[in-house]
Amino acid sequence: MDVQRKLEILADAAKYDASCASSGTEKRDSSDGKGMGSTAPGMGICHSYAPDGRCISLLKVLLTNACNYDCLYCVNRASSNVPRARFTIDEVVKLTLDFYRRNYIEGLFLSSGIIRSPDYTMEQVVSVARKLREEHHFRGYIHLKTIPEADDALIAEAGKYADRLSINIEMPEETSLQQYAPEKDVRAIRRTMGRLRLKLDEAEENRSTKTKARPQRFAPAGQSTQMIVGADTASDHTILHTSANLYGSYRLRRVYYSAFSPIPDASRALPLVQPPLLREHRLYQADWLMRFYGFDVAEIVDDSAMLPLDIDPKLAWALRHRDRFPLDVNRASREELLRVPGFGTKAVERIIATRRTTTIRLSDLARLHVPRNKALPFIVLSDHRPAPHRLDEARLIERFKPKATQLGFGF
Amino acid sequence: MQYITLDTETDFDGWRKAARSLVLHHVPPTDATWTVQGGEAELFAPPAPSPIFEVNDGTFNVSAKFVELAKAAILHRDGERFAILYRLLWRLKDNHDLIEVATDPDVAQVTAMARAVHRDEHKMHAFVRFREIGRERAAHYVAWFEPEHHIVELAAPFFAKRFADMPWSILTPDLCAHWDGHALSFTSGVSKNEAPGEDRLEETWRRYYASIFNPARLKVKAMQTEMPKKYWRNLPEASIIKPLIEDAERMTGAMIANAATDPHKPQKRPEAPMPRKLAADDLEALREEAAHCRACPLYKDATQTVFGEGPKDATIMLVGEQPGDKEDLAGHPFVGPAGQMLDRALQEAGVDRNKVYVTNAVKHFKFVPRGKIRLHQKPATPEIRACRQWYEREVSVIQPELIVAMGATAAQSVFGKITPIGKTRGRLIDLPDGRKALVTVHPSYLLRLPDPEAKVLEYQRFVEDLKIAAGLQKKAPRAA
Ligand code: SF4
Repeated sequence: MDVQRKLEILADAAKYDASCASSGTEKRDSSDGKGMGSTAPGMGICHSYAPDGRCISLLKVLLTNACNYDCLYCVNRASSNVPRARFTIDEVVKLTLDFYRRNYIEGLFLSSGIIRSPDYTMEQVVSVARKLREEHHFRGYIHLKTIPEADDALIAEAGKYADRLSINIEMPEETSLQQYAPEKDVRAIRRTMGRLRLKLDEAEENRSTKTKARPQRFAPAGQSTQMIVGADTASDHTILHTSANLYGSYRLRRVYYSAFSPIPDASRALPLVQPPLLREHRLYQADWLMRFYGFDVAEIVDDSAMLPLDIDPKLAWALRHRDRFPLDVNRASREELLRVPGFGTKAVERIIATRRTTTIRLSDLARLHVPRNKALPFIVLSDHRPAPHRLDEARLIERFKPKATQLGFGF
Repeated sequence: MQYITLDTETDFDGWRKAARSLVLHHVPPTDATWTVQGGEAELFAPPAPSPIFEVNDGTFNVSAKFVELAKAAILHRDGERFAILYRLLWRLKDNHDLIEVATDPDVAQVTAMARAVHRDEHKMHAFVRFREIGRERAAHYVAWFEPEHHIVELAAPFFAKRFADMPWSILTPDLCAHWDGHALSFTSGVSKNEAPGEDRLEETWRRYYASIFNPARLKVKAMQTEMPKKYWRNLPEASIIKPLIEDAERMTGAMIANAATDPHKPQKRPEAPMPRKLAADDLEALREEAAHCRACPLYKDATQTVFGEGPKDATIMLVGEQPGDKEDLAGHPFVGPAGQMLDRALQEAGVDRNKVYVTNAVKHFKFVPRGKIRLHQKPATPEIRACRQWYEREVSVIQPELIVAMGATAAQSVFGKITPIGKTRGRLIDLPDGRKALVTVHPSYLLRLPDPEAKVLEYQRFVEDLKIAAGLQKKAPRAA
């Protein structure tokens, strides 16, 4: 089989993993003239976008899509009839370098089906990274999928070469994982996440204490995970509860939500429907509220409940807490402002800087990049006050529901 | 009217020098006209720049934020940018804070220009596609790009740092950037037909692009917001976007219509037996059994069961309350700060740490997540009760002579009922089964004491308590 065909099979097999980011790592470049590549500490670079709206920043492939396991939601499960392929270590290394040189990608995201044993598989994955770093002095981004229960020495080595490590938790509840992936052990996944966090903490401590010995490098972009949404019956509350727990326990940089979508040769045990993309989107918004706006899961969604699909979770929160509004933009605290629908963190920073010098008026909203329609019922400005009872209107919510629109695509 | 002619479209230093002179000469923005040498606007302006720019004495301060914004905004293609920047500078000289006023029209406009420039720079970093000319050692990489603003000089160092080991050129209509492996250089703009037409890897890249796309999740608008069509012309993968979209529905339909595969017979791991009151067992078997315990809900959010550790023939068994954050991650009891304090106190008390069995009353970490940390929660009585079976079975395997209960939760487990520490602390108590019990505080209580003096005193008391255990350990050496 030629490399192009393998690439088709092994990229196809990797596309259900939602993580794509190449962000949050240390700053590196190759200006010493040895090797190639660089990374930016802040935002990663998306080199392209697929028609599914997702960013392409890394060469995302599997080393092999052969797998011993039979996880029902997975296209690579043992009982699936998809064609199988396996890259050699050198093939992945060469593809990565060739693509990188042409500025198609920021680096590599390598995962693998589990073959022979967890240790064997992990060793293969680590070999690719080792070769890129040590033989080719590749300085670009590397994200490796960690195989649960792989040997500690292999995990340590993976962290030495990779920018980010991840292990997918797959299902929001232990019971669904048992049902859909009987060979996977959620406890093993959590134990590995715990081990990663201990190593990440250790590396961070080493960095801050500035010991003479060069600190052992370990995955500077941290760890992440993915949960499949819509394959089981877990509620949004359950999903977000699991996320909050994972963020707190293992200092994950990101939890990715992947709407379960039909796969070629699906298992009879799972429903084949269009993926719940809007639900996935709302979960990302809710996740954002937890990470950047200090919202609690309980505030975002009631026990065992679902996020509303027609409005975003912050607006839904504000509508449930109308007694806290309207808020005076010229006086409210940062924490309060962050809870106004339509006010993002950057807008809040601009507002706080601006109001030190001048009073904010209605006509200023556009320059602050605040969506008027969304924010107005909730705020007081020097020349704006929402009509009394405005917030009480039962039909206020109607104002925010999106007008039915056609997904257009003009050429 | 003052006429200023800048050397190039990106001549920030020239602009700064002229603007400074204008301000020092009190020339209001309405009296200054800006052009670029050879630029279109210059045709309408008198050729000779006004002489006042020879004068260069005096200086005044502007905020670093303005300089940063101006450096970017000056690269914008808008012909009015020099004048707008001068107007803002003129207003800033008496009102430094104005730069923070996001609602001011001039500030907003300059900020928007700077943002557009940085976005274009970012897109150039992303969408430049090199094509290989020549092979192997002689290879040279050439790209064609059409920037929206004057960003070539701004964006080029990024490529020099990233592709330091290969010679490359980025050709644009405005300016071309070159890297020979050592230094950056720039030449004037060229037309597209001077750029190479194809690269041997582009077909492979297109195949990757087609394979990584999931047709069941079509979101064309989202794609276009991030990758506007104006960039498509020069992206090798763009040629297959339309066919991919057109084919998506058919492919998704086919996936749904295809016969599904039956799953393998589930190979469930042997079901973990529900822990019951079983006979005393070997320690390892017990540990393995406890690893699957679900007798209370605490297992759900915790990482793992943290079981007791220590020699099987220990005469002393230390019982803590529950594992903490570190213990939960590592899977071992007393490895965190409280564990270190315990080790120190044991040593001072003369207890041989290696001969002690340590465990917790509750074997899973109870917490609530708060952002990036976990707040420790006290276990509730039903959880302590549910977990007591493990403690009892540990006791029946270890057969310790003395059980030291550290903290209220531990005491509750050891005595089987709520037992205040205050009244029982620091003396040997007979247990119904003939063993002795000793109650003291939990080391993490000592860690939490805010008053340093109280901390020292309480620590001393803790060591004193442990000395009672030391006495017993010496008195009753057991044959191994
Ligand atoms: S805390 Fe104790 S009883 Fe509850 S699940 Fe864990 S081991 Fe079982």
